[in-house]
Amino acid sequence: MLDLAAALSSAMALVTSLDPQMLVIVRLSVLVSGSAVLLAAVIGLPLGALLALSDFPGRGALVVAINACMGLPPVVVGLVVYLLLSRAGPLGEFGLLFTPSAMVAAQTVLVLPIVAALSRQVVADLWEEYGEQLRSLGASRPAVVATLLWDGRFSLLTAILAGFGRASAEVGAVMIVGGNINGVTRTMTTAIALETSKGDLALALGLGIILIGLVTAVNAAVFLLGHVARRRMG
Amino acid sequence: MLKRIMIVAAMLFCAAPQVSAQERFITLASTTSTDQSGLFGHLLPMFRAETGIWVRVVAVGTGQALKLGERGDADALLVHDRAGEDKFVAEGFGIDRRDVMYNDFVVVGPKADPAGVKGAPSVAEAFKRIAATKAPFASRGDDSGTHRSELRIWKSAGVDVKAAGSGWYRELGSGMGPTLNTAAGMNAYALADRGTWAGFKNRQSLVIVSEGDRSLFNPYGSILVNPARHAGIKAADAVVWHRWLTGPKGQAAIAGFKIDGEQLFFPDSK
Repeated sequence: MLDLAAALSSAMALVTSLDPQMLVIVRLSVLVSGSAVLLAAVIGLPLGALLALSDFPGRGALVVAINACMGLPPVVVGLVVYLLLSRAGPLGEFGLLFTPSAMVAAQTVLVLPIVAALSRQVVADLWEEYGEQLRSLGASRPAVVATLLWDGRFSLLTAILAGFGRASAEVGAVMIVGGNINGVTRTMTTAIALETSKGDLALALGLGIILIGLVTAVNAAVFLLGHVARRRMG
Repeated sequence: MLKRIMIVAAMLFCAAPQVSAQERFITLASTTSTDQSGLFGHLLPMFRAETGIWVRVVAVGTGQALKLGERGDADALLVHDRAGEDKFVAEGFGIDRRDVMYNDFVVVGPKADPAGVKGAPSVAEAFKRIAATKAPFASRGDDSGTHRSELRIWKSAGVDVKAAGSGWYRELGSGMGPTLNTAAGMNAYALADRGTWAGFKNRQSLVIVSEGDRSLFNPYGSILVNPARHAGIKAADAVVWHRWLTGPKGQAAIAGFKIDGEQLFFPDSK
């Protein structure tokens, strides 16, 4: 119990002092996971919708594959991205290894299946409900995709938040491709792992409390936004 | 309230000018033992003030650090496994290996010392006693410099840990800190480098039970990654670092690094 109290007070101290080193870490965490989620949404939402609306041979297998990829182990994704970006790898010439860009790439791979799989389900359900109607109106494929994505926006927001949760919580991938370099690629989760390995459990847990607070704040903001939007639009 | 949130948000996004300012940098693959002791926090600002070069440290086990060098993902290495370092240079992955500093390993274990290790005349004898009493021993098991040294000591003690089964000899496959956390949790013996041990906070009942033996000597070497092997190696700036570290200024800086008044690394560049 003493440890928990020490963790809480170290979290409070970090927050109230606005420690500049911690701000750098928090900022990087938000930027990396935020960018990864944004990229995954831009690709994943239309991809999920198209998968829900199209029929082609092998579609079932593709759906199963994407659903399965929701459980990709972060450390394996990190390893694959590392091998691609390593100077001895195929993309080595760009010098991206151990940079925030590499971390965004790895997290996008982790988040994309979640956004795509969940939005496929959302759009498929909506299509079942409104398909007849849209077909009778003679709507084109892109128009149908846009209409259904807009219609399902509140459910899709939850899918995106699930992706954000995955990205902000993982440590295996960013540790490998980022290298946990102080001031450059150190995020909340890699900092927590580092402090744990130094045996400074109070500081590690303190950082953990801040991370949980941060994720809660993001979710609360999205919830409020959705609430206000729903009211305005009736 | 809203205003305060906005101020904090604005601070967050202006907080890291140093990241964009790091245009001239090299990547150093080094070991958790040097990083977690706080040595780099002491050395790098001095080096940067003098040369304007940022050193980005990726702290991993020596085995993985050598691998990063092999693949050209680091510009220089600071590691501690003489045999592995010589092989790395002999195979053409690295050039100009130089002695930098040394410290030593310590054997830590529960205060109650169930294997009666305290007072053993040598570390090999200490390890023999641990094996004979089947007292739990936490091994790094991660092909790091410390792990490789530990295996050498077992060999000199005449104990075959591969045949020990899973009972008392526990391979954790993790870094120095996590291994100490686990050892503290299960009252096990472990081999640790003095630097990590000195900075380690979660000791619980662990104390040093054996130290000072010659075979606990732990020398560190600086190696340049061979720029002929990969495109993009920052050879010129890496040489500046390599020479500074092994030159008078770097050596003095190493000697000046202390935790609680105790010097942790001893410069020995010739």
